[in-house]
Amino acid sequence: MEKNYAIESNKLSIHYGHFTAVRDVSIKIEPQKITAIIGPSGCGKSTLLRALNRMNDFVPGCHVTGELLLQGQNLYGRDIDPVEVRRKIGMVFQKPNPFPKSIYENIAWGARINGFKGKMDDLVEQSLRSAALWDEVKDKLQESAYALSGGQQQRLCIARTIAIQPEIILMDEPASALDPISTLRIEELMQELKKNYTIIIVTHNMQQAARASDFTAMMMIDDQRAGGVIEFDETKKIFTRPQDKRTEDYVTGRFG
Amino acid sequence: MNKNMNTNNHYPQGQDFRHVLNARYRVATVWQTLFLSALLIAIISLMALIYNVVDGAFGYIAYEYKNDPSEFTSTPLAELTQEELAAILKENLSSGAYKKLNNEQPVAERSQADLFTLFMERLVQLDTKGTWSMTDSLMNGEEIRAEVAKKYPKAQLEFRSWLTPQFLVTPMSSKAEFAGVRTAVLGSLWLVGIAILFALPIGTGAAIYLQEYAPKNWFTSIIQTNINNLAGVPSIVYGMLGLAIFVRVLEPLTSGALFGVTDSNGRTILSAGLTMGVLVLPLIIINAQEAIKAVPDSLRQAAYGVGATRWQTVWYHVLPNSLPGILTGSILALSRALGETAPLIVVGASTFISLDPSGPFSKFTALPIQIYQWTTRAQSEFHAIAAGAIIVLLVLLLSLNATAVLLRNRFQRRW
Repeated sequence: MEKNYAIESNKLSIHYGHFTAVRDVSIKIEPQKITAIIGPSGCGKSTLLRALNRMNDFVPGCHVTGELLLQGQNLYGRDIDPVEVRRKIGMVFQKPNPFPKSIYENIAWGARINGFKGKMDDLVEQSLRSAALWDEVKDKLQESAYALSGGQQQRLCIARTIAIQPEIILMDEPASALDPISTLRIEELMQELKKNYTIIIVTHNMQQAARASDFTAMMMIDDQRAGGVIEFDETKKIFTRPQDKRTEDYVTGRFG
Repeated sequence: MNKNMNTNNHYPQGQDFRHVLNARYRVATVWQTLFLSALLIAIISLMALIYNVVDGAFGYIAYEYKNDPSEFTSTPLAELTQEELAAILKENLSSGAYKKLNNEQPVAERSQADLFTLFMERLVQLDTKGTWSMTDSLMNGEEIRAEVAKKYPKAQLEFRSWLTPQFLVTPMSSKAEFAGVRTAVLGSLWLVGIAILFALPIGTGAAIYLQEYAPKNWFTSIIQTNINNLAGVPSIVYGMLGLAIFVRVLEPLTSGALFGVTDSNGRTILSAGLTMGVLVLPLIIINAQEAIKAVPDSLRQAAYGVGATRWQTVWYHVLPNSLPGILTGSILALSRALGETAPLIVVGASTFISLDPSGPFSKFTALPIQIYQWTTRAQSEFHAIAAGAIIVLLVLLLSLNATAVLLRNRFQRRW
């Protein structure tokens, strides 16, 4: 019997006009695991990640070929609404980008526009607890989200994403703008979150990928400057016994 | 790398370096002086403008009464009541003139100020012999007094402020001494109000569509270029447009005929307001676009990331965050609409009107029109009230802008 994957891509390519940025990516992401996408700058990591919840739709001239399957459904199919895709596949961005509203409203807004019918106070508390932020902000829910530190803001963004109860959470270098302690907290949080969610994270930080992820996809550009996944395996294997010479050079720091 | 490479470098050292540095500072000083003088020129021009206006609005006036007030009443002029004035008018005016007055507005219902003006205008017949500017009056007071005493022995000379509370609340009059800007101020407020009500929603809507929805292709870039150029089209052209569209083609609408108003043509305050609205539309669109552009993309992505539709993103995040900028644009638009004269002349502002505008279908005049009218008159007293009206216009402009700024600051609640 075939294994159930959270999301799988089949020869997924991303083009900007005539330029192919990412070519023929076929990976299968396991549910409730953390999958890291690593690779040198400009290899298309973020482009690939953004293609997974159709964030690239907003980039003029960007189009995608191939298949991206969520529970057997092609997310780039004709009858798929990208809004629904983003509802199911949440995203945390590189720079913390809370809404210029109160902490409470940051979480409640996404829930409200998606037609949440439960008790909002409970949802806010639960989401903030899941993001390990509740104790720090419970007394100032009505204060501005901008008053929080960078690390807290990023956890608020995670809480906001959790609140709409997605199936998959995409994280685009979520800790790159944070100090080491905040980074560590985000990583701990990811370990908690993977009990309920599938997480796909793009990271520049090799140690982070090694520490925090279960699977790793190594990306690299080919001679036509198109990025592609050159190796995809369990993180342990990628970092100890890589099959590809380029992966080995990269993870051992000899290149990139 | 080779450290010795640096010992023989090509940068000036020691004394040489200081020379180069001083030269750099000299250049900076020259530019700084230039910028400062540019600022000074601007300030001086502005001061000159204000001085010129204020200079005209105060000063000596020499006048004579053709008929002495004591011929009509024994009460001192300042103590005349409304009833007394009404009685005097009825008694001394010809019955035809009195009837005409009564037909315009019943004498019994007219205000004391209005009747006093009529009394002075029709019966006493105040006759201005000359006016002098403020500087003139202050510097050459003796000579003026001597001159007036010689030329007009019966005349009285007094230092007068043309800008009085009375000036603000009296309607237009054919005698400068009794004329006021009430009609013009109300007309201007109506105009600006209609223009903003028309242009702000449409302009903001167009800006949102262009920025958030329209695809970037040759067609939208043509539209964009056109909007940018429209902002620089001479206002008289908008006046022609207003005349053709609002006054002529849309006459049933702008004259109020569709709403049961029968006694007007298309040359109404509504036509003029809409013309002004079209005039400031490009200004509002461009400013709103800039404000929308300034909303960071990360905010849009955050909204899309939690499953918002494009409309929800625009309505809940882009628009509220660009509102202060949009309001800044409307301040500019407001100032422009308040000061424009040419299109109003083309659209058909009334040159002499003493009735307050009562609604969008009234005939109208506006402050710039009134000022223009008065400055073209030969008598110097009209130039003096024109100066007074300019001050009123400037103050009105400042207070309307202040309102918009306050409004903007309210919306600019930073989180």
